[in-house]
Amino acid sequence: MGETRIQNYNLNFGPQHPSAHGVLRLVLEMDGEIIDRADPHIGLLHRGTEKLIEHKNYVQAVPYFDRLDYVSPQNQEHAFALAVEKLLGLEVPPRGQYIRVLYAEIGRLLNHIFTVCAYAMDTGAMTPMLWMFEEREKLMEFCERASGARMHMNYFRPGGVSFDTPPDLLDDIAAWTETFPAMIDDLETLLTENRIFKQRTVDIGVITAEQCFDWGFSGPNLRAAGVAWDLRKAQPYDAYAKMDFDVPIGKHGDCYDRYLVRVYEMRQCLRIIKQCLEEMPGGRCKTNDRKIAPPSRADMKHSMEALIHHFKLYTEGYHVPAGETYTAVEAPKGEFGVFLVSDGTNKPYRCKIRAPGFAHLQAMDLLSKGHMLADVVANIGSLDVVFGEVDR
Amino acid sequence: MDLALKDLGEYITGHIPEDVTGYDLQLGELSITVRPESIVRVLTFLRDDVNCRFKQLMDVCGVDYPERELRFDVVYNLLSLTNNSRIRVKLETDEDTPVPTVTEVFSCANWWEREAWDLYGIYFSSHPDLRRILTDYGFEGHPLRKDFPLSGFKEIRYDDELKRVVYEPVKLTQEFRSFDFLSPWEGVQPVLPGDEKAGDPEDNAAETEGDG
Repeated sequence: MGETRIQNYNLNFGPQHPSAHGVLRLVLEMDGEIIDRADPHIGLLHRGTEKLIEHKNYVQAVPYFDRLDYVSPQNQEHAFALAVEKLLGLEVPPRGQYIRVLYAEIGRLLNHIFTVCAYAMDTGAMTPMLWMFEEREKLMEFCERASGARMHMNYFRPGGVSFDTPPDLLDDIAAWTETFPAMIDDLETLLTENRIFKQRTVDIGVITAEQCFDWGFSGPNLRAAGVAWDLRKAQPYDAYAKMDFDVPIGKHGDCYDRYLVRVYEMRQCLRIIKQCLEEMPGGRCKTNDRKIAPPSRADMKHSMEALIHHFKLYTEGYHVPAGETYTAVEAPKGEFGVFLVSDGTNKPYRCKIRAPGFAHLQAMDLLSKGHMLADVVANIGSLDVVFGEVDR
Repeated sequence: MDLALKDLGEYITGHIPEDVTGYDLQLGELSITVRPESIVRVLTFLRDDVNCRFKQLMDVCGVDYPERELRFDVVYNLLSLTNNSRIRVKLETDEDTPVPTVTEVFSCANWWEREAWDLYGIYFSSHPDLRRILTDYGFEGHPLRKDFPLSGFKEIRYDDELKRVVYEPVKLTQEFRSFDFLSPWEGVQPVLPGDEKAGDPEDNAAETEGDG
């Protein structure tokens, strides 16, 4: 009997696969159960966000940012608001800055809770998802009380935040921060030393710091490779300069370290939230410039100017001076950047969205090569990609 | 901060003057313009030079200015962790002129260049895998160009009789409405009917002075 030639096998992973985290279509070239090549096909959730933003005015563009990374909408809005403020040369009052930082950290918690638990589920642990999603629901209630929407808040506007926080909300958040550390501890008892979880993640998808630079990594994925880089520390925006927190880093750059970094970051989020609540200044939560921030309902009932301003803002919007900026924030998934080009009209001329997941997903081939099929699932989960932002 | 960036701009233009055509400091952000053919050299210099160390390419994107002869800008945003600074590298090109790929310098440029090709039709020469990335399989056109309509050309739906998804020309029940928002109060310089006969007020003033 002659030798049989064994051909590589092509496997189509997704787009309808629960571990593909949305609509990833991954074409895997396999040698037995070993991955030879991974070719992600993205764009199945492409909605033309950048094109749509070019046809909307600056205020109308904010909700599009919620719908990019729908797991942590606040942080995306933050990047856009900061970019517009930079072009306008606008200063946000201290209270506005603190509320933004508070909600940016709540967004980070929302994201990390989701990621870590979905990741646990990818690798076979069901319980974390069930336990922690209750906490996530509480956080969403805080979002709802501030803005009226659980997920797509549309809360961070250029010039501040859309509404001031209602009474009692800050106290309730403070009460919640006291209960949450116990939940993180519970989560860690389930996962951190769990034998099955470690078998699935330790030394899987290792990436070195040099490779991270080459592939444009940022955020927790970069820190897991041992690079202490956090935009909140390095290029602080809003009130982050006044916050005292640590930046956890990993050592090995594998899936397990990426998980650990996220869990430690959750604890740091709580520290920042507590500081925000303690130091929350009074005063206005959005700029006093009536050409940018809309007047209050009460003002509109008796002030002619307020009514005119409101009408103008919600029909025409404001004109932003010509210029361009690349403004980036430390979103939970990594560096989320907005490259905004203004031509002096009320609509952005070009708004390029730099999504961290786009860069991370690109390295799938590098991470998965030589691993088993089941490790692909671990890799996707540990990279923390959400297709809203990858496909835009 | 601005001073340091200005020095950096001087330094870069001083070291690779034949590649860099100028630098600009705006809103505390440094951007340099380069010749398209030398982009690989420039990015390698920025990555490896001791004083630059822009080791991360954060973003590559296109911008379309249809009224220009070279209608596209390709914008590279770089980040230096060592110096904690950013730089923007820009070059101009058009539909026909290819831009050398920088995937050799930064691996992550691969997808971003594919995206710029997909959305703008900017061609990157010697790119390892220049396929479309974000748009549909078999999509025609480059949707982020300014002359591409927002509503597109095709719409898809599931046809129950054919039992498959079908592509049809876009049918809008209402035309897409685009409003002119130049403010009658602030956007327009007030020229009252009849004013144009008087000519430019400054010219008139100069004439009267000359007469006197």
